[in-house]
Amino acid sequence: MQTIIQNLVFGLFVGSIYGIGALGLSLVFGVLKLLNVAHGEFVMIGAYACYWIFVGLGIDPFLSLVIVLPLMFGLGLIFNTLLFEPLTRLETETKIRNSLLVSFGLGLVLQNGAQLWWTGDERSVQTSYAGLGFNIGGVVFPYTRLATFALTLIAIFALWFLLQHTRLGKAIRATAEDWEAATQAGINIRWIYLVTFGLGVACAGIAGVLLAVTFGFQPNIGFVWTLKALIVVVLAGTGSVFGAFPAGLLLGLAEAVSGLTIGADYREVVGLLLFLTVLLVRPQGLFGKE
Amino acid sequence: MMLEIQELSASYGDLPALRQVSLKADAGKIVALIGPNGAGKTTLLRTIVGLHRPTAGAVLLDGKPLHHIPAHQIIEHGIALVPEGRRLFGGMTVLENLQVGAYSERARKVQAQAFKQVFEIFPVLAERRDSLARTLSGGMQQMLAIGRALVASPRILLLDEPSLGLAPIMVQNIFTVVQRINRDGTTVFLVEQNARTALELAHDAYILEQGRIVGHNSAAAMLKDEQVRQAYLGYGGKAEG
Ligand SMILES: Nc1ncnc2c1ncn2[C@@H]1O[C@H](COP(=O)(O)OP(=O)(O)O)[C@@H](O)[C@H]1O
Ligand SMILES: [Mg+2]
Repeated sequence: MQTIIQNLVFGLFVGSIYGIGALGLSLVFGVLKLLNVAHGEFVMIGAYACYWIFVGLGIDPFLSLVIVLPLMFGLGLIFNTLLFEPLTRLETETKIRNSLLVSFGLGLVLQNGAQLWWTGDERSVQTSYAGLGFNIGGVVFPYTRLATFALTLIAIFALWFLLQHTRLGKAIRATAEDWEAATQAGINIRWIYLVTFGLGVACAGIAGVLLAVTFGFQPNIGFVWTLKALIVVVLAGTGSVFGAFPAGLLLGLAEAVSGLTIGADYREVVGLLLFLTVLLVRPQGLFGKE
Repeated sequence: MMLEIQELSASYGDLPALRQVSLKADAGKIVALIGPNGAGKTTLLRTIVGLHRPTAGAVLLDGKPLHHIPAHQIIEHGIALVPEGRRLFGGMTVLENLQVGAYSERARKVQAQAFKQVFEIFPVLAERRDSLARTLSGGMQQMLAIGRALVASPRILLLDEPSLGLAPIMVQNIFTVVQRINRDGTTVFLVEQNARTALELAHDAYILEQGRIVGHNSAAAMLKDEQVRQAYLGYGGKAEG
């Protein structure tokens, strides 16, 4: 019984990382209408950024967010300007297709670059308090995992507040709904696309940092993280940006359950099964509208 | 003189949609543009506001060319469009739609006052301020679409078939409001298929057919014109006797 609960608890913690990662992908898809399959590579870069800041500067991984966040946001601005901005002028269908090609290529370049610079060695961030935590009835709650969960909640609240209650956020939502009407109101949608892409990459950066304190990682993890983010986005429903968080938790739980029942080796398969089931039974996603 | 279109041509790929369209909307007037479905009315409005690029010709505001200005800056020059089909932000509230309408620098200068004016013209928008736009009735959606354009206190308001899909009583309502907005000093350029009501309201009118201006007169004269009556006002020459 304890093992089961322990697994579910860890599933939730991991799921919160899936949630914040997928949120970034969903936001970019919802506003720019393009699919960035290099999203997982940005998660990977976030993890390495955290690692090098920890190793090189001795800064606590959670604190490193103060550096990693603006860094990733800036990276998003650069890649949007270089690669994705030219796509935004295309018709929706061509845009999605071309964005797949462009971001697939970008993902390969980033992965190989990381391999070259940082080698394929597995890295992990071991803080002094890594093993600590508290224990409720035999179920362990490590501090790092609790901090991870809390940080994802804070990040999501911050993003929610931005989108819901600021002038910029309303402009982003308006652009997502109807970019022509938004343009008529005076919104420079190219600027909105730029900022939104930066925010999406920053979300990947948060996921990267939190992943670095949770798992070991290598340059090739990007693919899996893109896949998980895609699964979560479809689970949530593509129109439901904030649905990504509960959907991320759900994927984390589902993986935990599968780890208990059919073995950890099949974790990825369970995610895909969940993905296919939702597509068949409820194509608009769990939190999407018809 | 305020808005002037000179020899404007536009196309979709190889298919021309506007052919050397010229017209004027004088300050303070209501100018109607009528014409059958597919004539190019929407294309004309979209070209004026920079959403569609012309192949030739010019759009002038007070003599200054507009067509090189990015679409998002058109509103700063005081031109607001109420688009065909309303194009509201359906997942946002009434108030948020108006706030987005007030995004421009121009709107921000007069925001409080403009909101007050909009709520005065459309009290129902104040009552429903927290409702999602997509939950409103067609008539209220049209009011919101007009309100969203008005909060930027435009000098000229372009309306693309505001009566489309509305019940007759609501059509009257909307046109009364348009008249009031005009009396308050805003120039109105009204595109309509509902020709009779548009002509009753307007000072000046143009007819667009297959991308060409084929008629221009005072609205009053057009209402009496036999050809216009037959083609646009639903009087078969014989039935009318
Ligand atoms: N996006 C588009 N792509 C191709 N052709 C279009 C497009 N929009 C309109 N058209 C064509 O341009 C012509 C004018 O259309 P439109 O400006 O919508 O006319 P109206 O508003 O008077 O009904 C029509 O023949 C229409 O089929
Ligand atoms: Mg039209």
